[in-house]
Amino acid sequence: MRKSRAMNLGTGLFLLLGFAALFFLTTQTTSHGLSFRSVPHYEVTAKFENIGDLKVGAPVSMAGVQIGRVVNIRFDPRDFKAVVTLRIDDTYNQIPTDSDASIYTQGLLGGQYVGLSPGGSETFLKNHDQIAFTQSALVLENLIGQFLANFNKHSSSSSSGAATGGQPK
Amino acid sequence: MITELASSLGESIERVGDMCRFLVRIVVQLPRSLTRPQLIVDQIYNTGALSLVIIMLSGLFVGMVLGLQGFELLRRFGSEEALGTAAAIGLVKELGPVVTALLFAGRAGTALASEIGLMRATDQLSAMEMMAVDPVRRVVAPRFLGGVITMPLLAAIFSLIGIYGAQLVGVQMMHVDSGSFWSQMQASVDLRDVNEGIVKSGVFGVACSLIAVYEGYHSEPTAEGVGAATTRTVVTSAVVVLFLDYLITAFFLK
Amino acid sequence: MNEYPHIIEVHDVRYSVGGRPIFDGLNMNFTRGRVTAVMGPSGTGKTTLLRLITGQVAADAGSIEVAGTRLSGLSRTQLFDLRRRMGMLFQNGALLTDLSVFENVAFPLREHTRLPERLIRQMVLTKLQAVGLRGAAGLMPGELSGGMSRRVALARAIVMDPQILIYDEPFVGLDPISMGVILRLIRHLNDALGLTSIVVSHDVREISSVADTVFLLSGGKVVAEGTPQELQSVPSEVVKQFVGGLADGPVPFHYPAPDYFDDLLARDGGRPA
Repeated sequence: MRKSRAMNLGTGLFLLLGFAALFFLTTQTTSHGLSFRSVPHYEVTAKFENIGDLKVGAPVSMAGVQIGRVVNIRFDPRDFKAVVTLRIDDTYNQIPTDSDASIYTQGLLGGQYVGLSPGGSETFLKNHDQIAFTQSALVLENLIGQFLANFNKHSSSSSSGAATGGQPK
Repeated sequence: MITELASSLGESIERVGDMCRFLVRIVVQLPRSLTRPQLIVDQIYNTGALSLVIIMLSGLFVGMVLGLQGFELLRRFGSEEALGTAAAIGLVKELGPVVTALLFAGRAGTALASEIGLMRATDQLSAMEMMAVDPVRRVVAPRFLGGVITMPLLAAIFSLIGIYGAQLVGVQMMHVDSGSFWSQMQASVDLRDVNEGIVKSGVFGVACSLIAVYEGYHSEPTAEGVGAATTRTVVTSAVVVLFLDYLITAFFLK
Repeated sequence: MNEYPHIIEVHDVRYSVGGRPIFDGLNMNFTRGRVTAVMGPSGTGKTTLLRLITGQVAADAGSIEVAGTRLSGLSRTQLFDLRRRMGMLFQNGALLTDLSVFENVAFPLREHTRLPERLIRQMVLTKLQAVGLRGAAGLMPGELSGGMSRRVALARAIVMDPQILIYDEPFVGLDPISMGVILRLIRHLNDALGLTSIVVSHDVREISSVADTVFLLSGGKVVAEGTPQELQSVPSEVVKQFVGGLADGPVPFHYPAPDYFDDLLARDGGRPA
């Protein structure tokens, strides 16, 4: 009987380990982690002209420190803007109301995230507030387009020169 | 040549059909074998707990290789931070389930096939029949169920250890930022990716366990027969796993 | 149930494997309460006969009745019910290798009954005592000698108190002492438990000392039937060869082959066509 008890113990440990691993994979490698932990938080919205490649679950950071996540993205058909809901941990409850939100890219090809830079107001963002100042994502195509337009304006309009000049950043 | 090919194709199809019928026999007996949980616990121990070391070691090394290769590749694009994402997605969706299934076939599958094959060769299965005990219920069903329960857990452990292996190489040795390793992973790995991995390992669990018990149960009752059955278990499992892997991946792509 | 004098009746059974006939009109009756031996040269289908009687394979034609029940057309459940009244001893015992001796004997009880542990213990120890291996209850099958395995298997076969006990080649590979033990057990269990025993074997001398009736099979038919003494005086060549253990006779010494000299003179040295 001792052998069978050791086996049961081994089996139990194995099952425990297996389910712990499954739990870890579902919560810790994905963005669903926060909702499980349910840290006290509040939500604010921000309207962007263009959110580029931003996705639900993307981090929200301030001065490079992650303070929350993007929990919802929808399109507002009245002003043709994207409405992004940011869930911010309650620990960071002293963000000035006139802070502005921008969409940045991590690395050259990395995912996009929302960065907040603080304003100077004495009042702080509360639940369901809206961030007024926003800056849209830099869309690479637009950037290149603008660059080309400027280039054409300034150079003495040689089309072949524009084509080769458009290649590098 | 062509007729040979056709006849071997016909045989394969016949075998698949026979396996499916065997699966039905097992499933019919499953509820009754659930009344003896100790038998299933024993099998989870045999297939799961005893495979743990090989799974963890392989997971660690696969993860470390992934960390190294991924780092080398991503550095060319200047996005080393994406290493966590690359490793996690690779492990959770593909390498975890597939490599675990292949190791399972080699470790647990062969053990199952040879055990049942030996029981066939030494008349133990016939003896059960004679004692009015259905060997499919008493021997095959608990082993099958044990394998099915075990596989997703082993795959999860494999992926988890693998991610830490990649982290070990990427963060500790190559100095990728630890925070961006994890946060990028969390930002871009979707629950859907994890689900895909779980579905895959579940399907592989059914396939590998079925192949192992089928080959063992239908082995020739001789020493050569048992050897042939274990070989067939590994070969068939490997081919079937890779084939199913493609199907499920395609299915999840929509 | 005593209205059947023959507990097993095999009537005009035909059976073939892959087109090769094994039995061609087999008739046998096994009398209740006796030890009946089935003998014959290797390859005459003695083991197949047991598989037919126990319903592991179905006959192509003819009928087999066991305890008044016809085997053909039985459902699996009905067949299992019938098998609970039979015990079978396989050639090498066929003990379940992952269970101890005690658990092996207890196996049928645990599978078919919900008896309290104390009662199971009593029954198992009684049966082990009957085969003289109560002291080995804690051993694993791998630790037993061939003779001991068979005795444990015997204890397991009788633990459900069957009406019929079938022995498949019980003497193969045993030393004379173990053989004597098994012989004694066959007779003793048959008389003490009121069984009907069927022993398949080709050990003429051993069987003669224990069997009440002997069937001699050859070429898919019963070629002789009677007490061991009667068999000694049957004028058939086959019976004489088998009982006397002669090397050549109706069962030829040589496997069928082309002419010896032609074969030797064949020039290519390979296997002649």
